[in-house]
Amino acid sequence: MTRADTTIPSRAGVGLKACHYHDILGGKPDIGWFEVHAENFMGAGGPPHAYLSSIREAYPVSLHGVGLSIGGVEDLDIDHLDRLKVLVDRYQPTLFSEHLAWSSHRAAFFNDLLAAPYTDETLDLVCAHVDQVQSHLNCKMLLENPATYIVFETSTYDEVDYLSEIARRTGCGLLLDVNNVYVSCINHGRDAKDYINRFPVTAVGEIHLAGHNEDRDDEGGRLLIDSHDRPVIDPVWELYAHTLTCTGALPTLIEWDNNIPEWPELFAQGQLADAIVTRTLQRTENPHVA
Amino acid sequence: MWRETQKQFAAALRDPGSPLPEAISNTNGRTSLKRFNVYRNNVAVGLIDALADTYPVVQALVGDDFFKSIARNFTRLFLPGSPVLLNYGEDFADFIATQSETAPTPYLSDVARLEWAWNRAYHAADKAPIGIADLADNPEGTVAHLSLQFHPSVQFLKSDWPIVSIWQAHQEKDPQNLLGQLPDRGEQALVVRPKMTVQTRVLDPVAYAFIKALYDGHTLGQASPLVIDTGPLDLSGHLAALFETGAIVGFSDLT
Repeated sequence: MTRADTTIPSRAGVGLKACHYHDILGGKPDIGWFEVHAENFMGAGGPPHAYLSSIREAYPVSLHGVGLSIGGVEDLDIDHLDRLKVLVDRYQPTLFSEHLAWSSHRAAFFNDLLAAPYTDETLDLVCAHVDQVQSHLNCKMLLENPATYIVFETSTYDEVDYLSEIARRTGCGLLLDVNNVYVSCINHGRDAKDYINRFPVTAVGEIHLAGHNEDRDDEGGRLLIDSHDRPVIDPVWELYAHTLTCTGALPTLIEWDNNIPEWPELFAQGQLADAIVTRTLQRTENPHVA
Repeated sequence: MWRETQKQFAAALRDPGSPLPEAISNTNGRTSLKRFNVYRNNVAVGLIDALADTYPVVQALVGDDFFKSIARNFTRLFLPGSPVLLNYGEDFADFIATQSETAPTPYLSDVARLEWAWNRAYHAADKAPIGIADLADNPEGTVAHLSLQFHPSVQFLKSDWPIVSIWQAHQEKDPQNLLGQLPDRGEQALVVRPKMTVQTRVLDPVAYAFIKALYDGHTLGQASPLVIDTGPLDLSGHLAALFETGAIVGFSDLT
């Protein structure tokens, strides 16, 4: 099979959705790459694999897992690691990413990215799980910062310090979800810009952007929910532009998983991200040009 | 310590009456039910959406609100056993059959079975179909000893209700038209996905018995007499139609 370039370019990609297969294969839009949720391609065959194979021939693809439960106390599911390995071998994604979260408990899968405390105990656990993923898949993984709605009184690490330590110990890269940073920082009264400024930028291999929903908590405080169901809002675009001044240009994904729009609207979000990446690249190449 | 907290967290997700984990709070140190409920809601909505993706015709038949209510009850009792959600919801048809609210729509669980078969076929392994002409390569007189190999996507369904007609009506823009002309009898179906498109074919009782016998491993010679009592025979016609669906991927000589 001929393959598109196996490196993910420092430009915008979008999450691949089944309703856009024909737009993509028919129109071959000028977009840098696609990211797929690994679990959607764990059937034996059929149209999902046929479409993904065709798209993989034309574009770089990143594999994003949503079910490993890396932050969970239980051992990782070896069957699930094997299923991921099959996909990694078949599609040779350049990036593989998963979440700093848990989703399974006692053989039940909750289908959400659930928060975990940041302690010495969980740090050892998460690092052991990341080591196991990287050795099982024989590739470096990126670990994504979560959107959280609660905090644990037992946490002894700040999230940035915790992620930095995981990257240092395991050699994994980090996926910096700028929308998650914004959502969590508003939810917990923290400074999002400060979070980005302290983030270990050299470990970052990819950025995520998405839309979120807004609600109020029991005390009337702002409660943002990482819903992936609408366009990225301006403050997140601004935080993203600021992020790139720290990290340099990076592959940037637009995630839109619910109330999925027609292809042109999703593509337009990608173009907005591309414009910001391009501006960053120009600044890096011509640092004296304002 | 995380083990105990995670156990409480999981219990609180499963059961809205369960207390929230002790160690969680908002930034002000107070436990916020609304904040924890974001997780409860994400779990419920995500799984209900997964069922809605697999069972669109069931949803259309009962309406969004009613579907959400049975789906929510199902997801409370049966969480997925793995993160591969395309395998989630196999028992939904059985669950529907046990719910008193679905009594006015007795065909609903069989329609759900058909949608599950469709989902299985969609994700089944790929294999190239062969044509009936490929049988001609066998020496004359030996065809009766052949056993056919079926595509991995093939499934059979038998219902007291016209489930295929109901399902097919919902593939149209305006199902009501066709729903007004449903056959007044049950239907047997073959579900197969030879290439990219899942096909659901109604089989008459003879064709169903004949093809099912072949699927169960009987040779062409053995399968024919098995269905002689079922009705008027046009087995070569049924065989040709079977090959046309793309359901056959090979054969073996059992002599």
